[in-house]
Amino acid sequence: MPTKSLTFLLMDAPYEQTRTATAFRLMDAAVRMGFTIRVFAYEGAVSLPVTQQKPHPNALHGRNVDEEAHPVPHVWVRSLMQRAVEREKPLDWVNCGLCVDERGATEVVSGVRRGSPADFWKMVTGTDNALVIPTR
Amino acid sequence: MRVLQIIETAYRATLEEQDDTVLWFTRAIRSAGAAADVVLAGTAVNYAVRGQDAHGLSIGAWSQRHPPAIDHELTKLIESGASVCAIAEDLEERGIAAESMLAGVTRVSRKDLSGLLGRYDRVWKW
Repeated sequence: MPTKSLTFLLMDAPYEQTRTATAFRLMDAAVRMGFTIRVFAYEGAVSLPVTQQKPHPNALHGRNVDEEAHPVPHVWVRSLMQRAVEREKPLDWVNCGLCVDERGATEVVSGVRRGSPADFWKMVTGTDNALVIPTR
Repeated sequence: MRVLQIIETAYRATLEEQDDTVLWFTRAIRSAGAAADVVLAGTAVNYAVRGQDAHGLSIGAWSQRHPPAIDHELTKLIESGASVCAIAEDLEERGIAAESMLAGVTRVSRKDLSGLLGRYDRVWKW
């Protein structure tokens, strides 16, 4: 029987590790392949869906803000969630509540909810497998 | 479902967090029903040493009132029924003798690790 649902735990803050982009690539591939995805964001990863992130110009690159099209993770989150909805398998993204409080990461992409490790455990027990991607 | 948490990254932001975030997380999911155990590896084997004291951090007028107490966290985890073991070779490399370790933390050699992993449904390395 093919695996149909996956839980991801992310831990890295945005703009710190290539693991974040890799995790999004994995999740995007999984959504495209029809998997149901659950995400638990722990520690710095709760900042991934923060909507105050803004793209910036880059003088060294010689590009204005539009030309530069700097990646912002909250756009990745929104886009991934949108794609999952289009596939009729909505993506459940839970931000660790205490981690949110520590960082003031309260303004987030619509649909991201607040939770606790208990929610992570519910995700794990309700999906076929779980991938933890911790900080190093 | 049995879960094994392998902790290798030690003292990551423990002063800011006032604990180890993975030990904290393990205790939290155990409270939610997870049968989660712990293996300490690499630098994290130092978590098993008794009598650690992180008091004294001060920055300007601010001083820390509640520093992390990793040994206390581990003891609480063990008291909750979790199995906690440390990689024997990593302990030996660091000169950590059995008599300096917390009660309840057992040793596992690398050659026995694969057998241990096989007893769990999920293995997560932090």
